[in-house]
Amino acid sequence: MSLSLADVEKVARLARLAMNDEELKAAQSQLNNIFGLIAEMQAVDTKGIEPMSHAQDVAQRLREDIVTETNQREAFQAVAPQVEQGLYLVPQVIE
Amino acid sequence: MIHSSLTQLGAALRAKKISSVELTQGYLDRIAELNPKLNAFITVNPEKSLAQAREADTRFASGKVGALTGIPIAQKDIFCAKGWLTTCGSKMLHNFVSPYDAHVISQFNNAGAINLGKTNMDEFAMGSSNETSHYGPVKNPWDTARVPGGSSGGTAAAVAARLCAAATGTDTGGSIRQPAALCGISGLKPTYGVVSRYGMIAFASSLDQAGPMGRNAEDLALMMNVMAGFDERDSTSLQREKEDYTRDLNKSLTGLRIGLPREFFAEGMGADVAKAVEAAIAEYKKLGAVIVDISLPNSKLSVPVYYVLAPAEASSNLSRFDGVRYGYRAPEYSDLADMYEKSRAQGFGAEVKRRIMIGTYVLSHGYYDAYYLQAQKIRRLIAQDFTEAYKQCDVIMGPTSPSTAFKLGEKGDDPVQMYLSDIYTIAVNLAGLPGMSIPCGFGANDMPVGLQIIGNYFDEARMLNVAHQFQLATDWHSRAPKL
Repeated sequence: MSLSLADVEKVARLARLAMNDEELKAAQSQLNNIFGLIAEMQAVDTKGIEPMSHAQDVAQRLREDIVTETNQREAFQAVAPQVEQGLYLVPQVIE
Repeated sequence: MIHSSLTQLGAALRAKKISSVELTQGYLDRIAELNPKLNAFITVNPEKSLAQAREADTRFASGKVGALTGIPIAQKDIFCAKGWLTTCGSKMLHNFVSPYDAHVISQFNNAGAINLGKTNMDEFAMGSSNETSHYGPVKNPWDTARVPGGSSGGTAAAVAARLCAAATGTDTGGSIRQPAALCGISGLKPTYGVVSRYGMIAFASSLDQAGPMGRNAEDLALMMNVMAGFDERDSTSLQREKEDYTRDLNKSLTGLRIGLPREFFAEGMGADVAKAVEAAIAEYKKLGAVIVDISLPNSKLSVPVYYVLAPAEASSNLSRFDGVRYGYRAPEYSDLADMYEKSRAQGFGAEVKRRIMIGTYVLSHGYYDAYYLQAQKIRRLIAQDFTEAYKQCDVIMGPTSPSTAFKLGEKGDDPVQMYLSDIYTIAVNLAGLPGMSIPCGFGANDMPVGLQIIGNYFDEARMLNVAHQFQLATDWHSRAPKL
């Protein structure tokens, strides 16, 4: 299997990464090398094997549905690129 | 003083032979002198470190002290530390001054340890050579033309060069053990879930685990006593009884069953590495251990499995970097989508983008079963191999890395070659087992070789015992580079 330039372009768009033609071409050849390495996996017979998503077989902990965090808006927004009146600013989305 | 262990430093501080301020200043001076050559630290903040040292000194006066009180410990720049620049080696976080402390950071703060600074690392912990850092590569203190390993390369170089007493690392596919091996120090990746990941910037959440890196196994045990323990803020943190990781250090190794996986002692391991590792095994036999031949037949698949699972998880974790709430935002953009795309394109480096793209692809419609699900199934086969092996042995040993430290730039153009340098460490993360690396000799070009010790789940105390007994019988761990 190998990725076409159009595949790479689509992946870049899904991943929200701006890339020019040159970068897309470089990514295509590197990704294809990496998928060459990954291809080794396909030959393995895994019929009946339960997928392992986690190293420890434990259930998700639950807690009481109560407020535990205090409001730290100012501290958190101090590191934001652009804020105004306690709101994060982004380019206009709705006309 | 700079060659002292944590135990020795703690004793000197408690006996008031030295103050924490003097000790901290000593290390800060050494960093000022040697860091320009090694680039092991991204951030040092003498004012902050010395303020903590003064506070520690008042604790000595009042008598309320622990094993690490007053001792300067450096922190990998992946841990959020309140008021400290926390970059994760990325341009994306070049201006991120953390508003909170990671669990690991607050554990060290509560123990009275001094945060000596933030160590350099591969960008978002993605790399095996420290060359992907936005802040420039770290140099190996044994030979500054060579890499220190990665991703915790700044930590490994700082400990080896005696720029700090000990430091923290994180390990997703070998990022504690491989740099420990390449820089000739000791490092431990605990069982998944033992150390809280709260405030540790996420790479691949089902694999990431924090651990200590230091001069010897005894130091690692003292650090584990501070780092390990349940934390409700990490949903994967395990609820277990508090352990004393030093409790078994002095046990005899008579009768210890060491499993040697056939697959590790085969083609691929450098002759110089093989020689040092085999000499270490011979030393263990002298200490009373018995050798068991074992097999991990699926371990050869761990690299392909890892390069599906880790990028998949990374592509999801790194979607939070969008130029809106924190971090880098592109200076110019036309609309919201353009702002996301440009901020991410300019803020992330090449390796991070590659992995985000691999992950995005394997999770995309039509490919999920063939890649992600298949990788998760093989992950189980890899983990089962270890379960079988531990029916016959107590610990597993082998090389940490197939070669000693390679030259800067040597593997730069070929991601696949770089990925293969973690061939012996990745299976341990996939299974969620604890693993460590300790120095066991020198190979080609007089560069250090690491011995990997893999334990069963929650067997860290035994592994530290196994490492400590070796370090009582040998002196590889006390060798230091000339700088």
